[in-house]
Amino acid sequence: MALLEIKNLTVSFDTVTGPFAAVDGVDLTVDGREILSIVGESGSGKSVSMLAVMGLLPPSATVTADVMRFDGNDMLSMTAKQKRTIIGRDIAMIFQEPMSSLNPCFTVGFQIGEMLRRHTDLDRKARRTRAIELLDAVGIPSPQQRLSAFPHQLSGGMSQRVMIAMATSCRPKLLIADEPTTALDVTIQAQILDLLRDLCADRDMALVLITHDMGVVAQMAHRVQVQYAGQRVEEQAVRELFSDPHHPYTSALLSALPERATGRGHLPSIAGMVPGQHGRPTGCLFEPRCQFATDICRRGAERQDAALGHALCNHPLVNGVATRMEVGA
Amino acid sequence: MLRFLAGRFAVLIPTFLGVALVAFAFIRLLPGDPVMLMSGERVMSDERHAEIMKSLGYDKPLSIQFVDYLGDIVTGDLGNSVVTKRPILDDFFKLFPATLELSICAIFLAVFLGIPAGVLAAVRRGSWIDQSLMGTALVGYSMPIFWWGLLLIILFSGILQWTPVSGRISLMYYFPAHTGFMLIDSLLSGQPGAFKSALSHLILPTIVLCTIPLAVIARQTRSAMLEVLGEDYVRTARSKGLSPRRVIGVHALRNALIPVVTTIGLQVGVLLAGAILTETIFSWPGIGKWMVDAVFKRDYPVVQGGLLLIAGIIMIVNLAVDLLYGLINPRIRH
Repeated sequence: MALLEIKNLTVSFDTVTGPFAAVDGVDLTVDGREILSIVGESGSGKSVSMLAVMGLLPPSATVTADVMRFDGNDMLSMTAKQKRTIIGRDIAMIFQEPMSSLNPCFTVGFQIGEMLRRHTDLDRKARRTRAIELLDAVGIPSPQQRLSAFPHQLSGGMSQRVMIAMATSCRPKLLIADEPTTALDVTIQAQILDLLRDLCADRDMALVLITHDMGVVAQMAHRVQVQYAGQRVEEQAVRELFSDPHHPYTSALLSALPERATGRGHLPSIAGMVPGQHGRPTGCLFEPRCQFATDICRRGAERQDAALGHALCNHPLVNGVATRMEVGA
Repeated sequence: MLRFLAGRFAVLIPTFLGVALVAFAFIRLLPGDPVMLMSGERVMSDERHAEIMKSLGYDKPLSIQFVDYLGDIVTGDLGNSVVTKRPILDDFFKLFPATLELSICAIFLAVFLGIPAGVLAAVRRGSWIDQSLMGTALVGYSMPIFWWGLLLIILFSGILQWTPVSGRISLMYYFPAHTGFMLIDSLLSGQPGAFKSALSHLILPTIVLCTIPLAVIARQTRSAMLEVLGEDYVRTARSKGLSPRRVIGVHALRNALIPVVTTIGLQVGVLLAGAILTETIFSWPGIGKWMVDAVFKRDYPVVQGGLLLIAGIIMIVNLAVDLLYGLINPRIRH
């Protein structure tokens, strides 16, 4: 049984000009101990869908789903209070900006200890010991002294390590990492990713890694879900995705990788932008930017089966060649 | 820390000089002089008038008077009242507890109502609660104190007869002033009903005096909370599964309090200025009323000395707020 199972998740925001669906009918499953990567450009609804699971969206957001199960519990029927006993303990989250994600007014020790006090029965002394162990485990030197440090005394990488120590303090079954290395420089980025991978292996923890960096995906993920404009457009195991992407968007993303650019000229890019609230295409949302689009794509997109990576596309690619073109012809 | 304190104290000196100059100059800008006002309806010859003025030292050029005055201040002598002949410092310290008692009650009420009101308004942003709280705050902030005080007197003292009109305690009670604080002294006296009487005298002046600081603190708390509630660390706190009460009351409020504490410090100045009007309306025997009386009698030394002492208090409070600021904001402390 999947650890986290979501079917047909939709998140819409009330805006001045009407409702806007940031996440539009997304399915998602994460198995225990699995590293799932959610990839997509800014505005593709990667973070929003995970914030919806955590219940961290502002009140202007409306969340609906057919199924939202975590570890056998139906999260849709839970009260906010019941959800809060799981959030932090069994599902934890770290964020993109480690420096501003820690509360500037409280020490590192207080912020970790608070998590332990909320979800465990440890007494004050045991919490302190545990916090030191946790800081040690995420590679923070002289953890004992760091307990009394304030966030502004830490670097970005240190802050993210503290966030990881805090998020993993109650041994969660699932950790959601929302672009955990985007704000960090490259050397620190590699260290943080290694740390996350080691923690997953050591503690039998599943990881949802939200990123827009295909390099990070290749390095970390077991399975990849590609999102575009709030929709799941493709989902495959990492090796298969990189060798044979089925959705034109995935394919375009991969060919935009500097490592893959074969020509001597400029780096390939995807023309246009992710559609926002206005000017949304009526058919396939990727159609205006897709080189394989035909008339049929302006009416809608068909969901392919698992063999074709669940691609949301009328003309899924196989080995870089668009198939079933005769349908649109 | 010592350097910081020394720096802060160094700034106080020119400020004090400025206050002394302003106090000295402004009271002399008013038409009339203390001798003329003391003589009142009685006709006084010009010679006699000049003689008394000379005995008080008011015949000398203003610059010399000012230098003499500064010399006295440095030696800790604020002079005597021209009218009562009593030393200014004695009068000040006798009357100050009354003002302090009123001000403490007012600032406590303002803080303990204003901060929760601001937090509630921010959390329920845009709701009718927010709109009615902030509407009320705007009205309170715009209310002329003397008019508001008179309205309350008419309603609660006049029509409803719930509270006394003026003074600090009913004339029925007499007991020695141990602390100068009527609430404490009345309790110490052990006289039945004395505390209740002191309390009932305190209610209306406290409400009137706290109105503006309450409104300012509520509005400042709301805007600070709104800013803080959108911060990443509030989202982190929620991601820990903490209750909304703890997220708002601990994680958000602690950060929002930083600007609010500054505001509270600034309100002390407003409070002492407001005390002048409030004490006059309610015949509250504090330094505000004492100063107003002195202005009407052109009691130069009292006005100068009083202003200097009040300015000193405000400066010390601001210094205390700066120190407190370091305590609640770790980014300043380290």
